[in-house]
Amino acid sequence: MAKAEQKTTAATGNAFVAEAYRQVAPDVVCAYPITPQTTIVEEFAKFVAKGKVHTEFVAVESEHSSMSASIGASAAGARTMTATSSQGLAYMWEELHIASGLRLPIIMTNTNRAISAPINIHCDHSDVMGARDTGWVILFAENAQEAYDHTIMSVRIAEENSLPVMPTLDGFITTHSIARAEVLDDESVANFVGEFTPEHAMLAEGKPVTVGGFASLGNAYLEVKKAEREAIDASADSILAIGKEFEELTGRPYAHIEGYGMEDAETAIIILGSSAGNARAVAREMRAEGKKVGVIKIRTYRPFPSKEIAEMVKGCKAIAVLDRAESFGAPAGPLALDTMSALYENNVMVPLRPYIYGLGGADVRLDLIRSVYDDLDKAAAGEPSPGLVYLGAH
Amino acid sequence: MATPQQPTWDIENFDDWSSADFPLGMTGVETGNGQYYRTGGWRSIRPVWDKEACKDCMLCWINCPDSAIDVEDGKMTGINLDHCKGCGVCVKECRFDALKMVSEHDIAKEA
Repeated sequence: MAKAEQKTTAATGNAFVAEAYRQVAPDVVCAYPITPQTTIVEEFAKFVAKGKVHTEFVAVESEHSSMSASIGASAAGARTMTATSSQGLAYMWEELHIASGLRLPIIMTNTNRAISAPINIHCDHSDVMGARDTGWVILFAENAQEAYDHTIMSVRIAEENSLPVMPTLDGFITTHSIARAEVLDDESVANFVGEFTPEHAMLAEGKPVTVGGFASLGNAYLEVKKAEREAIDASADSILAIGKEFEELTGRPYAHIEGYGMEDAETAIIILGSSAGNARAVAREMRAEGKKVGVIKIRTYRPFPSKEIAEMVKGCKAIAVLDRAESFGAPAGPLALDTMSALYENNVMVPLRPYIYGLGGADVRLDLIRSVYDDLDKAAAGEPSPGLVYLGAH
Repeated sequence: MATPQQPTWDIENFDDWSSADFPLGMTGVETGNGQYYRTGGWRSIRPVWDKEACKDCMLCWINCPDSAIDVEDGKMTGINLDHCKGCGVCVKECRFDALKMVSEHDIAKEA
């Protein structure tokens, strides 16, 4: 695939995502507004109204309905996209399982936001982490460029693996800030995503199917769930292959995880989403001071890149995992739990310190990140872990 | 009711299927095969039809939730007990006392 002509523009993260939706030109979009996702759907609805895209746009009355309608559209054989956030994603919980269980390649952007109560519209990962076990492929974007890129890649990932995909971007920080990004021409996107040709479709002419099989007798349920597990595990390689093709088109590489300073890092921070930039800024400063620190940013969160993480941290003396979501009652936040499992599974025993940070949009100051590296020096020197730390809390 | 055709989708060894054998998302790759799934075993009471009293008005046929009233050429021919779940809607709807519910237990005793 030859490199495409790209245009550098400035817009909000949500505007870039809406532009990607227009270029993908799905058959159906069913959505309900919720802050901070609203402007994606608003922008897209304008494209539909102006005839810039020929999508069946269905304005539904709730997120429960938006995912239900998306499931119906996708099962019928339509390329289907939607977007949500926070309470909206939570309200879809039962349908998230149905979408993945029926193996429907729905693409749904999530703009990461806190979950009530108390009510809060700002960024954290409490919403998406609630969906981590629902069988969706989950991608985290650090910035507007990645949000745009992931949206386009998600179409291929979903349809080639028959799995729903949730590309996410951080609420307000990425969704509403104006940023610079390179945008492909419409034809290149259309060629990249191709035509949707589902294996089965309820409305397939001459070959209709029944969707929503009954599996309460015997072990059918167990086998069908095993097939789902095999599919999401196998999607890891497919994501990389699609990422490679996308790189040829755009010059922007994709990897499940991205290391900064990891070639010689003695201590490292593992992080998701927009705060990876904060961590990198601190690491750059500290490396200039001669300190061997690094950052690992995760882009593919589900399937979890266990081997890649274990391989990248195996030379470290101590690592920290920064979670922007809680897993109340568990020893740490969800990303730290995943990382602990990944290290144990791959027999890499590096001291690990779990942190919770930035809940409900709490500031992720650079001095807080620096304090984590200072803690890691102590961990590397053998100081026992104090357990879970709420970064920046009194 | 016409004798059901055997399904063309072979599900003979369904219980031995592995994850690789199931159609994607457990999709039913053939439609209209509910007729091969016998749900009559759920029944504890059954409708009994009095052919003499029946006027072929079709009220039972249109109301039966299991399509278990057999009809040929606009005339009722019987009740499909492979699919009748014994809900009694047909008896409730019948205006001519041509249907009544009888306990399966009593029928088993008589037999």
